[in-house]
Amino acid sequence: MTALLNDYWPYVLMLLVGFLPNEVWRMAGLVLSRRIDESSEILIWVRAVANAVLAGVVGKLIIFPSGALLQVSDAVRLSAAGIGVVLFFLLRRSIIVGVAGGVIALILGTYFFPM
Amino acid sequence: MASPDAASSPDAFPTAPHDPPTASGFVSGFVASLHSILLYVLFGTFVGIGALGHDYGFSLPWMWASTLLVWAGPAQVILISVLGTGGTPLQAALAVTLSAVRLLPMVVSLLPVLRTPKTRVWHLILPAHFTAISLWVDAQRLMPAVPRDRRIPYCNGLGTGYMVAAMTGCTVGFFLAAGLPNAFAAGLLFLTPMVFMMSVMRNARTLVDQLAFGIGLVAGPLLATYRVELDLVWSGLLGGTLGYIIHRWRKAAR
Repeated sequence: MTALLNDYWPYVLMLLVGFLPNEVWRMAGLVLSRRIDESSEILIWVRAVANAVLAGVVGKLIIFPSGALLQVSDAVRLSAAGIGVVLFFLLRRSIIVGVAGGVIALILGTYFFPM
Repeated sequence: MASPDAASSPDAFPTAPHDPPTASGFVSGFVASLHSILLYVLFGTFVGIGALGHDYGFSLPWMWASTLLVWAGPAQVILISVLGTGGTPLQAALAVTLSAVRLLPMVVSLLPVLRTPKTRVWHLILPAHFTAISLWVDAQRLMPAVPRDRRIPYCNGLGTGYMVAAMTGCTVGFFLAAGLPNAFAAGLLFLTPMVFMMSVMRNARTLVDQLAFGIGLVAGPLLATYRVELDLVWSGLLGGTLGYIIHRWRKAAR
């Protein structure tokens, strides 16, 4: 990898396998959105689909970890997420409290219950 | 509690007669990004991504370029970890594109809200590029209060604010990487699912969106557990369509 990093190749690779396969969906969305009116019923459905996809991403990020989260046990991750949600609802739907609570619970859980 | 909503109040938009809508819209959007909790979460998330990139041997300029051009946290994590662990370019491209399908419904539902009859297609390229989960979530909350002729520059200002935060976070993470204890690195990566979950629980005011989110939250991991291909696409279509059908039922019953 080090030899390659001195070159332009990593940038070309990023454009080809990172930028393009990602951006193609944005541009497809741009084209499709041209025929859709803001007040149309289909937009309610599209927004619901977007919400459900986002929920799927959230669920997967919690259940199937990546990177540094691989070294945190399932029990700690799920409990931390649960603690965050409970705090969120207890403290008048405060995003800051819910997020901070969940993340702090995860960090403490990682220290006290290592894998 | 007032600060996050301050930017959405009408007086955040000075409406002097000679005020150019593009410049002031951009500034209002940029300022709104600073009031959003998602900006700070993006910063934290990208500290995690910067550290990851450093650990897998990527250079800082490469990390900057991928942040600017890919502009999607999950895709960047995939790109870095697949290429960094010796995966083939084809594997990386496939994994990235599968993770990016979610951007399609987000762009389709956002752009009609930004458009005016005078809008040209190329005006929408930048907002489409800025579209990622964070911008989409905040646009749902903020756009209704933004005057129609300022929504595109406002969106670009918002996106620019997020990008600056992400680039800064990425840089900090890159240099911190070696000294970052694993528990903190894990905590930073945990920010993303937590904040998206809470933002949607707070912002989804309609039954359709709440149902769609609830169904997707269960369906996503469940389909992935059974290794169903295109799991996110199916959980999106399933959650979105079921939510929509139930919404129609309720409407018809009334």
